[in-house]
Amino acid sequence: MLSVEGLRHTFGEGGGQVVALDGVSFTLMPGQALAIFGPNGAGKTTLLKVLAGLIRPQAGSVQVTGGRRAIGWIGHQSHLYEHLTVRENLLFWASLYGVPAARRGPRAAEVLGRLGMRDRADRPVWSLSRGLAQRAAIAKALIHDPSVLLLDEPFTGLDLAAAAELRALLGELRGGGGGAAGRVVVLATHNVDEGVELATDVAFQRHGRFVHFAPRGGREPAGIAEAYRRAVTDG
Amino acid sequence: MDELFAQAWTVARKDLLLEFRTRTAIVSTVVFTALVLTVFNFGRDPTAVPTIDLAPTILWVTFTFAAMLALNRAFQLELENQALEGLLVSPLNRTSLYWGKLIANLVFVAVVEAVGLPLFVLFFDVPVGRVLVPLIGVIALATLGFVAVGTLFSALVIRTRFAELLLVVILLPFLVPPLIGAVQITAQLLGGRPLSEAVGYFKLLAAYDIVFVSLASFLFRFTVDE
Repeated sequence: MLSVEGLRHTFGEGGGQVVALDGVSFTLMPGQALAIFGPNGAGKTTLLKVLAGLIRPQAGSVQVTGGRRAIGWIGHQSHLYEHLTVRENLLFWASLYGVPAARRGPRAAEVLGRLGMRDRADRPVWSLSRGLAQRAAIAKALIHDPSVLLLDEPFTGLDLAAAAELRALLGELRGGGGGAAGRVVVLATHNVDEGVELATDVAFQRHGRFVHFAPRGGREPAGIAEAYRRAVTDG
Repeated sequence: MDELFAQAWTVARKDLLLEFRTRTAIVSTVVFTALVLTVFNFGRDPTAVPTIDLAPTILWVTFTFAAMLALNRAFQLELENQALEGLLVSPLNRTSLYWGKLIANLVFVAVVEAVGLPLFVLFFDVPVGRVLVPLIGVIALATLGFVAVGTLFSALVIRTRFAELLLVVILLPFLVPPLIGAVQITAQLLGGRPLSEAVGYFKLLAAYDIVFVSLASFLFRFTVDE
């Protein structure tokens, strides 16, 4: 479970102060995926960084069942070391996340198999295409089997096919069907077309506030896009 | 405590593996060390000042600047694909991160010094045979102090512009005490004076190491967390 209460955070001082988070609260259970849409500078990345523990908010609290070990982060960058192989990267991160030594190798093989990268496991990261590097970054985020996935603009730089593949994979990772517990997924993007199919809940963020937060229900992407356009341009 | 050390070793091993793969930093630093010693060798007048008087200063100026080159790379590695952000999201203890970087930097600088010391002996023809063990002891003590402070400061400046220049500017004043101690002990050792005369400077180096390793281990988290 991921629970957020009254988050507030600002950058700068005086007249140059920017409100990045202003009273953000929500709770997500396993199997729920929240897509946060907002223009550049709305505070999406700050929110994800607060959820990940990278920024300590000036007010409010974040509770993640399982603590920091339960979080998987996929950001703008892969966090992978270019001169290590994909497998070496995964074993390094598995070690930091406390995966027992005997489990690291099998777990890396399992994750790489799931992402269709088993035959690229021993290639250095610098030799991978953008799409494969993104898959390797997802493998890194999944190596410790996190129950909360935080995704910050994960589709940036991917072509249409790779983005569609990533959406399908994230839907699978969210899970929650067939009695499985699933994961909590929080996705931040400025593009409504990206990730809306994955979402069970939708939020529009503007000037640090959630100006809209509701279950997606049966709404079509076009309807959500129109609602988003109105929300971020009105007032 | 076991987990702290295990995580530190994981970070250090990764850094050393990356360096082994690329070899760019170690080769550059070793070449720099050789060049500085060469410049000092040809840029002095041996008839004006006896070599034995200049040698300790030359040795420590060379090691100090070579260590700075090495320290610059410590957190540069983590800028690649914003790996530092990944480390900070993970449950990696900040002290383990510092110790891991410290261990990797110590190994790196030790390799440079292991190449630099024989070159120093070769160029300046100084009698180190009799005093090799205490000389290595001084180098180890002073290097630990340099690297402990340098690792902390390299994390502090990594997100700034002109990080490489800034590191030198803020680090050098902190290196003055161990530099004085190391030069004095080396001069006494090379001058054939009894080791007992250098005990005070040995104590200075040891105290510096204890204080700054402890202080840097404590302060490190404030340099990397936003």
